[in-house]
Amino acid sequence: MIPLKVLAVDDEFGIRKGISRILNNFNVDFPFLEEAFNYEIIEVETGESALEILNSEKIDIVLLDNQLPGIHGTEVLQQINERGYDCAVMMITSYASLELAVEATNKGAFNFVPKPFTPQELRDAIESITKHLYLKRMTRKMNEEGRETRFQFLSVLSHELKSPINAVEGYLRIMQDKQLGENIDDYQTMLGRSLERLKGMRGLIFDLLDFTRIESGKKKRNLQKIDIIKIAKTSLESIEPAALQKNTEFICNLPEELEMTGDSGEFEIIFNNLLSNAVKYNVNNGKVFFVISNNSGKIRISVKDTGIGMSADETAALFKDFVRIKNEKTKNITGSGLGLSIMKKIVEMYGGTIHVLSEPEKGTEFIVDFP
Amino acid sequence: MTEIKKNILIVDDDPDSLALMTMHVERFGFNAITADSQKAGEAILEKQKPDLAILDLMMEKEDSGFILAYRLKQKYPDVPVIIATAVTKETGMVFGINYEEERKWIKADLYLEKNIRPDQLQREINRLLKL
Repeated sequence: MIPLKVLAVDDEFGIRKGISRILNNFNVDFPFLEEAFNYEIIEVETGESALEILNSEKIDIVLLDNQLPGIHGTEVLQQINERGYDCAVMMITSYASLELAVEATNKGAFNFVPKPFTPQELRDAIESITKHLYLKRMTRKMNEEGRETRFQFLSVLSHELKSPINAVEGYLRIMQDKQLGENIDDYQTMLGRSLERLKGMRGLIFDLLDFTRIESGKKKRNLQKIDIIKIAKTSLESIEPAALQKNTEFICNLPEELEMTGDSGEFEIIFNNLLSNAVKYNVNNGKVFFVISNNSGKIRISVKDTGIGMSADETAALFKDFVRIKNEKTKNITGSGLGLSIMKKIVEMYGGTIHVLSEPEKGTEFIVDFP
Repeated sequence: MTEIKKNILIVDDDPDSLALMTMHVERFGFNAITADSQKAGEAILEKQKPDLAILDLMMEKEDSGFILAYRLKQKYPDVPVIIATAVTKETGMVFGINYEEERKWIKADLYLEKNIRPDQLQREINRLLKL
């Protein structure tokens, strides 16, 4: 049995005793629950003493008369809501006017029973309020567990997707209104920025697809013998244009070949992330040290840059979804904030680990170890 | 006769958003003071009292705009604050009015969606500045 505490608030002795009698031997069970609910009744005569009880112990259901000697039922209801007690309220009153019913439900009462009521009417009402209470509590519990991460993810995702749309929309509106005149050349900056934002959005969508596929376990993995050095070299080539722009020097120490069982697409993501970050967050004319080693089967990938580095706080937040370290030095660097989360998830699928060593103004080293 | 232009502080870490908002505000005849982070916004507030502030919500932190609004209202309670955000009702997430806890300390005069039409924006600014 799951006991629920019912607070019966009525100045009429007969009503209080009636409620106690009807509910004392009453159980409610639902097909989806193993245990049934039963009820423990606490009787009080006034709204004031009801609030006192509510303040001192956990009450599940309040049966509330409106016409009380002191403060009225609706005021008690208001207090219950303001103080945020986790209980469901049912109004009982002989003045069953529509107006009062509306007021009470507006103020958060679950339902409304006119008196006099038959035992069956009360039992029906209690059954429905119990179901409501149970579902509400279950939903809240599930929400609390999932909310933190879900909320974070969705709100940031929506922010990241909508920001570029807003920017492009804003620029287009200015062009539509011809705010800078008739000459298309005067809008070149806006056009350039719009295209840039769309490009960023495309990148985010690709990352997001990778991310959700990995997250849901639906990504098809093609595990076979692969030479990760070959993949690393392809990745180095793809990063070349960006490296040329910043005049980044790569200092590589890679074995001739290194065979692993893995998915080549996943290793591409790992190398692309490590190497592009090392260029993106590097200083101009900086260096990247890229080392892959094999210590009797234990494979280590290390990518170290001479870039802007991070503080300890920033390093700690690095692998969270959508976290991009935002500061003065990174404000012109674009990214989805998903790259490292994706990479970490992939590395973990191989039973591997990622470590980060970083020092502001000195640089950052990412070390990936495979068992 | 030249009138002294009212100063509007705009804080937004999205460079395009900041540029667009600045363009609009200047076109409405105000003087725009801009900052691209919560920190830079705080630095401006140290030295200067704007006539109105338009703050982006998510900057360095997810609630940077709220923190900035709180600090601004502490220092200059009479300066109207608009919180502008790309995160809106359609995602089921309305910031600032979700939790009692937040309602207590967040003191924005108005919440705006980022893609607000310029004429609406102008109306709201004029209303808050009692123009």
